[in-house]
Amino acid sequence: MTTSAAILPSAVRPRQALNWFGVAPFFLFALLFLILPTLNIVLGAFRNAEGQATLENLGKLFSPSIRAAFWISIELSLLTAALGCVFGFFIAAAITLGELPRWLRNAILTFSGVASNFAGVPLAFAFIATLGRLGFVTMLLRHWFGINLYGLGFNIVSFLGLALTYLYFQVPLMVLIITPALEGLRREWREAAESLGATGFQYWRLVALPILWPSLLGTLALLFANAFGAVATAIALTGSSLSIAPIVLFAQIRGDVLNDPHLGYAIAFAMIVLTAVANGIYILLRLRAERWVK
Amino acid sequence: MAFLDIHHLEKSFGAQRVVKDFNLGIEKGEFVSFLGPSGCGKTTVLRMVAGFEMPTSGAIRIDGRDVTGQPANRRKIGMVFQAYALFPNLTVEQNIGFGLRVAGEGKAETRVRVAEMLELIGLPQLGNRYPFQLSGGQQQRVALARALAVRPQVLLLDEPLSALDAKIRVSLREEIRRIQRELGITTIFVTHDQEEALSMSDRVVVMHQGVADQVGTPFEIYNRPATRFVAQFVGTLNLLDANLLDAAAGRIGLGDVPVALNRTLPGRTGDRVSLALRPETVALGRKEERNVVLSGHIAEVHFLGSVIRIRVAVAGQLVSLDTFNQPDRPPPSVGTPVEVSVSDRDLLVLAA
Amino acid sequence: MMGKRLWSWLAVVLGGIYFLLPLVGMFDFSLRMQRGGYSFEAYRIVLADTQFQQTFGYSVMLALLTIVLGILIVVPTAYFVRLRFPGLRPIVEFITLLPLVIPPIVIVFGYIRIYNTSSILPLTGSWWGTNILLVFGYATLSLPYMYRSVDTGLRTIDIASLTEAAQSLGSGWARILAVVILPNVFVSVLSGAFLTFAIVIGEYVFAALLNVNSFGPYMVWMGGNRAYEPSALAVVAFAITWVCMGLIQLFTRFSKFSTVRR
Ligand SMILES: Nc1ncnc2c1ncn2[C@@H]1O[C@H](COP(=O)(O)OP(=O)(O)O)[C@@H](O)[C@H]1O
Ligand SMILES: [Mg+2]
Repeated sequence: MTTSAAILPSAVRPRQALNWFGVAPFFLFALLFLILPTLNIVLGAFRNAEGQATLENLGKLFSPSIRAAFWISIELSLLTAALGCVFGFFIAAAITLGELPRWLRNAILTFSGVASNFAGVPLAFAFIATLGRLGFVTMLLRHWFGINLYGLGFNIVSFLGLALTYLYFQVPLMVLIITPALEGLRREWREAAESLGATGFQYWRLVALPILWPSLLGTLALLFANAFGAVATAIALTGSSLSIAPIVLFAQIRGDVLNDPHLGYAIAFAMIVLTAVANGIYILLRLRAERWVK
Repeated sequence: MAFLDIHHLEKSFGAQRVVKDFNLGIEKGEFVSFLGPSGCGKTTVLRMVAGFEMPTSGAIRIDGRDVTGQPANRRKIGMVFQAYALFPNLTVEQNIGFGLRVAGEGKAETRVRVAEMLELIGLPQLGNRYPFQLSGGQQQRVALARALAVRPQVLLLDEPLSALDAKIRVSLREEIRRIQRELGITTIFVTHDQEEALSMSDRVVVMHQGVADQVGTPFEIYNRPATRFVAQFVGTLNLLDANLLDAAAGRIGLGDVPVALNRTLPGRTGDRVSLALRPETVALGRKEERNVVLSGHIAEVHFLGSVIRIRVAVAGQLVSLDTFNQPDRPPPSVGTPVEVSVSDRDLLVLAA
Repeated sequence: MMGKRLWSWLAVVLGGIYFLLPLVGMFDFSLRMQRGGYSFEAYRIVLADTQFQQTFGYSVMLALLTIVLGILIVVPTAYFVRLRFPGLRPIVEFITLLPLVIPPIVIVFGYIRIYNTSSILPLTGSWWGTNILLVFGYATLSLPYMYRSVDTGLRTIDIASLTEAAQSLGSGWARILAVVILPNVFVSVLSGAFLTFAIVIGEYVFAALLNVNSFGPYMVWMGGNRAYEPSALAVVAFAITWVCMGLIQLFTRFSKFSTVRR
């Protein structure tokens, strides 16, 4: 009895130390390759070349060209996030509530898994092959319907073209995230509302949408950040002819344009702020909207 | 014509016929239970009445109007679900006021009506809570108030007590019945619990494999079951194998013991039948008005507290009977030869 | 009722058109290299290109290393957090979600600043250093997916009992993790691994900014200089993504089957 009591504490102590040893690599890794690099950028945004504190770098963000680049980026991200949410919602609603065959639901979910990961360079190539000057659809429309897309002012290397391309990964991401939420809507809620005299519209406005609201907002923020950080697709699609924030930053880092690393810091900092704000808004709204959940 | 009239109702899901030729008339203000095992089609009938499911054929009339094709949101039918189904994003008050809100009722009237309903269900303090802050019993009361707030023509309850603890189940069932009487609302109550159905209802519909086996008052259902299924499903029952010795004279054979029932029986001489008798109709020893006497010996004794259940072996079969516990008289021991008596009117003959 | 189904089909069909056309377009374009008919000429050229073979093999290597690194970091962490440090859970989860919030280009910018030739840890100065940095960077990118998969896997097994059983048989931590825990969350780990593979194989921004000649920069270079080959490359990349996702599905289904049987 006494011996085991005497042995136990000393046996436990090294074990707890060992436990820390199990998680230490993770924190070291996160510190070195995630937190410190980001912190370096954030701090760098407030320093000049001599290492003194300054707001000058942030001021440079308001030069017309950079302001315009951010503005296009924000528009692009907001637009594709919003449209991604809307279209993704319709598709998810169709496969969960639309009385479609089961296999179709599974096929669409699998495809969404693929399409949401099919971003970057190959996606850009697929869209050039489809809607480029000699693309499949461009030719199809010209030969079969006599519609000249490029004559009408369309160009794949444009805001519209980029938005169309981004939707290819935004919509499936929305489908993947919102489908479980829609499946969480209980049939009885709808029936209870109906038996109380509510129309389908009233049910959606007063019950279903308020319940889904947190998930919808969360996905909107996620899609925004997703589009905002997407560089590879944009570069492969447009070269650097369309000046959006991540492409400007890319050029800055490469030193293609004026070599001012501190302007780069400021741009990167602004990008972090925007995505962080998007997620912050989401968390706040979610907390508010979820008062009624445990 | 009855207030709620269900006429030759049929429902199939694919090839599976779930409800078969279901007929029922319910009077205004009546409380009717659907009783039957799980999967027998109770919910399906209820959902067709509510308008959530389209009948394959047949008609449903409420107050003389055919509502068979009418969408659920125009039927003015209140529904209470097993799992409460309160809207989680709305407070108790908002839940109860939901029906009035979608009907475009004024704010002031809604508030008055909601307060009235909260009073009715005895939860006047909890108006601002969200459903997750309530116990199961409270949630189900709120669901009831929500269904009643719009003054529906018919109230439907689908196993509303099944998810609750035994104690709350009993108190809430009394409360539901009180509220139903107070409002005089026509009600269908679905349950698989015979005690619930018997204790609450004006009439009980016993369902079995999509068919209404018997419709009657709890007293009729219990004492005069129409089919073997009803007899077995409702209450505890002794079922003994017997054969018909003389249908016209009312004599049957229990093994080689002849029993005289003194009434004309259906069926032909020689048919195999089941003899059904409730444990509480059987007495130990000879009793004055019980004219059928059988002898056997005690096979099992189960002490259940206030009641002692004894099984007596008669002609090779076991007959259960209940006696009350008497502190000064211990129950007989196993193996003792005994006689049991029963009135011939309490012996039911059912097709085997 | 009827209307509902009609609208659903409409949504699915319109979605189907939008999602299938680029695939058709990409495939069609990749076959048009020779005038006057379809051929696999573009694929032949691409596959025969030594640059393709080199960069693709290189990226596969990077992906595999990233997966190993990710497993080494994530599995012990998820395990110990569940078993011994439930209080750390919110912090760890927050960290693993950060890569979804901070744009990758910002992260790699930070690397270039911190690990440049004039810093204490001049990783970008050498070939080895650069590649190590790249693998760690990719592990960062895949952290949200890897952690989520493994953590979900751990939730379905009773790690406390498994651990105690193993300890009572005298196993040490490393052994418990490798022999007891890892096989039990193998399917989840595989899901994370395939997802990681799909992300890393065509990654462009990290590789380009760290000046590594992997498959992503190669594709972009082809895109700028060739007409039909990029489509062939896109088809290949798409096929890889499909295979990865398909394998995830397959293994998940297989594991369900095996747990049912057990
Ligand atoms: N939507 C449906 N599709 C197919 N079969 C159904 C559906 N709803 C109910 N059923 C079947 O109908 C039968 C009766 O179900 P239900 O009315 O829910 O029974 P109860 O409420 O008496 O338990 C069951 O066998 C059930 O499987
Ligand atoms: Mg039911």
